[in-house]
Amino acid sequence: MLFGSVLPLIVALACAPLMQGVITRTKSVIAGRMGQPLMQPYHDLWKLLHKGAVYSHTTSWIFRTGPMVSLASLLLALALVPFGGFPALSAFSGDFILLAYLMALGRFFIVLAALDTGSSFEGMGASREVTFSALAEPALFLSLAALARQTGRISISPLLTAVSWSVWAHAAPMLGLTLAALIIVFLAENARIPVDDPTTHLELTMIHEVMVLDHGGPDFAMIQYGAALKMWLFATIIVAVAVPWHSGNRWIDTAVGLAGMLILAIATGVIESSMARLRLLRVPQLLLVAIVLASLAVAL
Amino acid sequence: MTTLVASLLFFGAGAVASVIFARRQRWLRLFGAGGVILGSVCGLVPAVRVAMGAPPQSLRMAWDVPYGSLYLRLDALSAFFLVPIFLICALAALYGTEYLEAYRERKSLAPAWFFLNVLAASMAVVVLANNAVLFLMAWETMSLSSFFLVTFENEKKSTRRAGWTYLVASHIGTTFLLVLFVLLGKANGSLDFDRFGPASGAGAFFVLALAGFGTKAGFVPLHVWLPEAHPAAPSHVSAIMSAVMIKTGIYGLLRILTFLGPMQAWWGWTLCAIGLSSGVLGVLLALAQHDLKRLLAYHSVENIGIIALGIGVGIVGVSLGEPFVAVAGFAGAMLHVLNHAMFKALLFLDAGNIAHTTHTREIDRLGGLLARMPATGATFLVGAAAISGLPPLNGFISEFLIYMASFKGAVSSGAFGSVPMLATLSGLALIGGLALACFTKAFGIVFLGQPRSERAEHAREAGLAMLAPGFVLAAGCVLVGLFGASVVRAMAPLISNVTHLQSSLIGFDLAGAANSVERVAQFGALLIAMAALLALARTKVLARRRVSTATTWDCGYASPSPRMQYTASSFAQPLTTSFRMLLQTREVLTGMEETFPRRAEFHSHTDDPYQRYLFQPLFQSINRATAFLRPLQQGGVQLYVLYIVVTLLAVMLWEIA
Repeated sequence: MLFGSVLPLIVALACAPLMQGVITRTKSVIAGRMGQPLMQPYHDLWKLLHKGAVYSHTTSWIFRTGPMVSLASLLLALALVPFGGFPALSAFSGDFILLAYLMALGRFFIVLAALDTGSSFEGMGASREVTFSALAEPALFLSLAALARQTGRISISPLLTAVSWSVWAHAAPMLGLTLAALIIVFLAENARIPVDDPTTHLELTMIHEVMVLDHGGPDFAMIQYGAALKMWLFATIIVAVAVPWHSGNRWIDTAVGLAGMLILAIATGVIESSMARLRLLRVPQLLLVAIVLASLAVAL
Repeated sequence: MTTLVASLLFFGAGAVASVIFARRQRWLRLFGAGGVILGSVCGLVPAVRVAMGAPPQSLRMAWDVPYGSLYLRLDALSAFFLVPIFLICALAALYGTEYLEAYRERKSLAPAWFFLNVLAASMAVVVLANNAVLFLMAWETMSLSSFFLVTFENEKKSTRRAGWTYLVASHIGTTFLLVLFVLLGKANGSLDFDRFGPASGAGAFFVLALAGFGTKAGFVPLHVWLPEAHPAAPSHVSAIMSAVMIKTGIYGLLRILTFLGPMQAWWGWTLCAIGLSSGVLGVLLALAQHDLKRLLAYHSVENIGIIALGIGVGIVGVSLGEPFVAVAGFAGAMLHVLNHAMFKALLFLDAGNIAHTTHTREIDRLGGLLARMPATGATFLVGAAAISGLPPLNGFISEFLIYMASFKGAVSSGAFGSVPMLATLSGLALIGGLALACFTKAFGIVFLGQPRSERAEHAREAGLAMLAPGFVLAAGCVLVGLFGASVVRAMAPLISNVTHLQSSLIGFDLAGAANSVERVAQFGALLIAMAALLALARTKVLARRRVSTATTWDCGYASPSPRMQYTASSFAQPLTTSFRMLLQTREVLTGMEETFPRRAEFHSHTDDPYQRYLFQPLFQSINRATAFLRPLQQGGVQLYVLYIVVTLLAVMLWEIA
């Protein structure tokens, strides 16, 4: 039983960077390139972990603490989400509130680390990050409220387990709207197109990447790994709602869950290849759309 | 009860000694601060005991004032408010011993110490009073003593203006309370609180209490005095006012709720609406501020909004017959009263440390202070994380309870009943996100990066008396974050006092809420352990590697200067633009006209929209409409005596006729 609840955690820790690899590969295939190896994110992390560090004169202990607190909070957040047929390591009423706020804590420290460098670029990225996440937060909470109202649960693990095909059968519009809102939040929180472009190297237009410009070595590895875990976290919630497969066999369910993650990663790659990044002024409107979708979902 | 009376006597003695030793600086400091500290410590003992579940105590003495009686009563509700009052007053007095020294050459410090003692005593009596006359007298003493403390630096025009606004606002608020208590007294035949009972017209009483107490608490749109008065006061006074004095408004509202009988759903809806507008507008206006203490003052409006949301959800829960919603809502609101007292006092005191050494509160003139003021910076960081509602600190615990209440309410009520719940939870999420933006701005621009001015460059750390209160409060924020569950469990008598629910129901639901809080606290402890583990791993890894320093990446630009750093205004700009409908920020850009522009300047300023579009026009028109009465005021005492005589005669004639 213990192994069963630790398993989602192990899968997440092992597979999270792979999801980014799949997205990058999808984009290269669509662009007609060979692209990086699927395992490139792991190679990058390995390389970063073996480097030294360079710190700016301006920085203080905040800059060094930021990546650690951010990774620690995401690691703990992982203990709250279920995967496939396995429940989360820990579940209690209101745990998704803690989940959202653990991610906020990580953001708080990454933003402060960015401001610690005194760089205008990083200040700009930090400012955009807090702006967009402040608007994404209500959308996330309203989506969770919609799911909670539908299933009658206020804990994420039982809530996601309670979503099933029969719920889809009688509440498809509501679940569809929630899913759409969650996908917008997923793209915004994980710095993907159309909100942010993780591959551009123009500091003026980036959000997440520009915030972490001055990090290097093991610190940067922690940030990158944390970003991968955060994406995994949001993706598991979306997959659990979209593919509520409860066959009774946990291993089959987990395989289905993994397949769902793969499909979501490919879909993200397709979205990134098929549209341009929105102008920054348009992003709040996109997030407003997510809030409206989620509100409609609650009302249904 | 005797300890409480002793505590009040200490305050009194402190006040008297401040007058006697007005010219002997050292004695003044000793007795002025000593009175507040001894009185507070003495009062904390019974307050904590009753708050943790000891039976209520009361004391009644005869008093010559008509309808009045010296009737003090310490029950769970008053005890819960007394604890932060005494705690913050003691710490603020300790802080004041060093902070006020800077003014020693320029002015007498006796009024500052005298009124601080009076303020502490009057706040204590406000929450202890069990008679309306005594309550109103203490209330008025509290308003006046804090007015004199706000206008301590009365040589500044802005301070006099702020004091005036405060005086007018608090008296308008008191007017509503006067009417409220007269009506309550008429309905019940006595002005003692324990004679007050359910009467007809409860809705009207609720509205009067909302207006009267809401002015003190700072509910939007009655908050306009708050961002004026709190920054103008000396920092330890700002801490007391923002952390505990405005909470007496919340106390009053809750006390009135205990008299009014069955709670009605629309009260809860109203409070949710008020809480939502106070919370969102408060944090947005805070985001647009350039003055650190004004920013903190607007955050008090925001946090009062969060408390109102909790009470509103709680009332809706009672009226829906959902005990869990009621219990978690009220518990969250009450815990937030305590939590906000701790982190807001901490932040105001740290802001005081900064103003003390740099002589500026302009966020955009500061920067890089963490290296120069490490202790102030570290405690400010704790306060900033706590006020943003982040785990593992106390602010998260109380917001968590309110979230839980509203999620539970949204799940278990119908489409219509879930509206305030959904508004609360999405509002809290937005407020949380904006508060995070605001405090990354405040901490990041003030403490990180490089100093933006000479003054910030030469900043020095404050002395021990100014740092120690911050350490205590920061420790308190962590402790409540980790052991909040026991505080929540101790709230059963308090909640039964306010909601009149069955105590078995309260016990059951409170235990449920406390369990979740305990799990959250476990995660908090794990988080600290995990971060420590990662820190250890990082040190191990880096020990054998080359670690060097360089300049911040500047895109190849050769000579970066501190003035090129991102500023508070630019950091907040995307959000202030997104919400420009509400904020009406005015921006002035000059000097960019010609082909070769000369010196360019940019200003942005955000007025309080309610001040600018509601109260200013309103008071101006009152001023105009009553201008014809002005000849009555000639300034001669004889004339005023004549007015009195004429009025008396008129009253007597009317009585005879």
